[in-house]
Amino acid sequence: MKIRVDEEKCTGHARCYGLAPELFSVDDYGLSSVVGDGTVPSELEDKARLAIANCPEYAIEEITD
Amino acid sequence: MTDVRPVEAWDTDFDVLSPEYVNDPFSIWDGLRQSCPVAHTDRRGSTWLPTTYKDVVALAHDIEHFSSEDIVVIPFTGEEPDEPVLPYGVPPISVDPPMHTWTRRLLLPWFSHRKVESYESMTRDLCNRLIDGFLADGHADAAADYAQQIPVRVIASILGVPESLSDTFTGWVRDVLEFADDEERRREGTLALIEYFVTELERRKSEPGDDLLSALLQTEQDGQPLEDAVVLGIAAITLIAGVDTTWSAIGSSLWHLATHPEDAKTLATDPEAMPLAIEELLRAYSPVTMARVVTSDVEFEGCPMKAADKVLMNFPAANRDPEAFEDPDKVVLDRAHNRHVAFGSGIHRCAGSNLARMELRVAIEEWLRRIPEFRIHEGAEVTWAGGQVRGPRSVPVVFP
Repeated sequence: MKIRVDEEKCTGHARCYGLAPELFSVDDYGLSSVVGDGTVPSELEDKARLAIANCPEYAIEEITD
Repeated sequence: MTDVRPVEAWDTDFDVLSPEYVNDPFSIWDGLRQSCPVAHTDRRGSTWLPTTYKDVVALAHDIEHFSSEDIVVIPFTGEEPDEPVLPYGVPPISVDPPMHTWTRRLLLPWFSHRKVESYESMTRDLCNRLIDGFLADGHADAAADYAQQIPVRVIASILGVPESLSDTFTGWVRDVLEFADDEERRREGTLALIEYFVTELERRKSEPGDDLLSALLQTEQDGQPLEDAVVLGIAAITLIAGVDTTWSAIGSSLWHLATHPEDAKTLATDPEAMPLAIEELLRAYSPVTMARVVTSDVEFEGCPMKAADKVLMNFPAANRDPEAFEDPDKVVLDRAHNRHVAFGSGIHRCAGSNLARMELRVAIEEWLRRIPEFRIHEGAEVTWAGGQVRGPRSVPVVFP
């Protein structure tokens, strides 16, 4: 599983960071980005799905090749 | 003063200050979503009330047609002064881009995740001090003695103003937000708050501290120091937006736990349940409604909105929309799909959301750690305030 944050959509709610701090980092303005290249370790996939389902701006998506 | 005509038609003559709406807006929104999802009223000027998640979010994102230059839910009806004390209002919440963009960037780092972590131990100590004050009594007012006392003190510390004035600050903020139909009280509260910050600003110009006000005074924008009116506006909104709102969320959450002992038990015994539970409580009891001004005539979902009309950003109703949330009127502590907009949506997302969330979590954690079992005092009355900010103002509880 691989995820990305759409920086055009993110407005800094930081819900993803609150629910899955292993997968996201937020800057001083609240904007979120994925840790590393967004590859989600298998044991964190549930957390990644939780972050996707809690983003009020629909800014997180799973990348499918 | 208050227009006390009872509401007979919620779709064409709604009144957010009516006791019926303040006490139980949920059933009114349910009715409107079925019959007329964007309601209208001519009370206090032409105003629209969306009730669905989809519409509220769409409105929040359309900053071209819906301006933030007037965000108050209950407008002033009196004459505006020719030279207002705050010509920009209270940025960034009351301005549109481009001013919104740079004023918001000044404020956000003070409420970043990292910064908010540094306020946590102070908040925890404060909660425990408050509980020490009433624990032995076996009863307390969870709203007035606890919830109301927390955010104002944290904000005072960030602004670098004395905690001893907390009751005074709380009084001003309530005058501004809660007694919206009493224009004299509201105006006096606003002026008192501004006058206080004018004095504080002057003091910091000669004796800067490590607080938000001092930092803003030392900030430059386009090579120039910020105008005093900008610093005053930011100071005012930090206090106004950071007090009533969070206290309402804490109060509503404690009221919920007092009336749902099974949920109190879950949270008291399972700390890992807390992150999702906090979001669910924020969703179910979202305190804040904002407003926008229509910039030019526009049709929205079949509604002919005219320039200068008000649109209420009904985030609390969006969060109870069955199209967006399964079983929305039920508090499900571990709700997994929860894109709630308690802190708004789009570019005006609450700048203090990290702080509010931390305060709410710590307030609930410490209460439950010290008082795991409590219930509403039999026969006591729980009272609610509404309008721009909805929350309980008295929640008498016993913990024998």
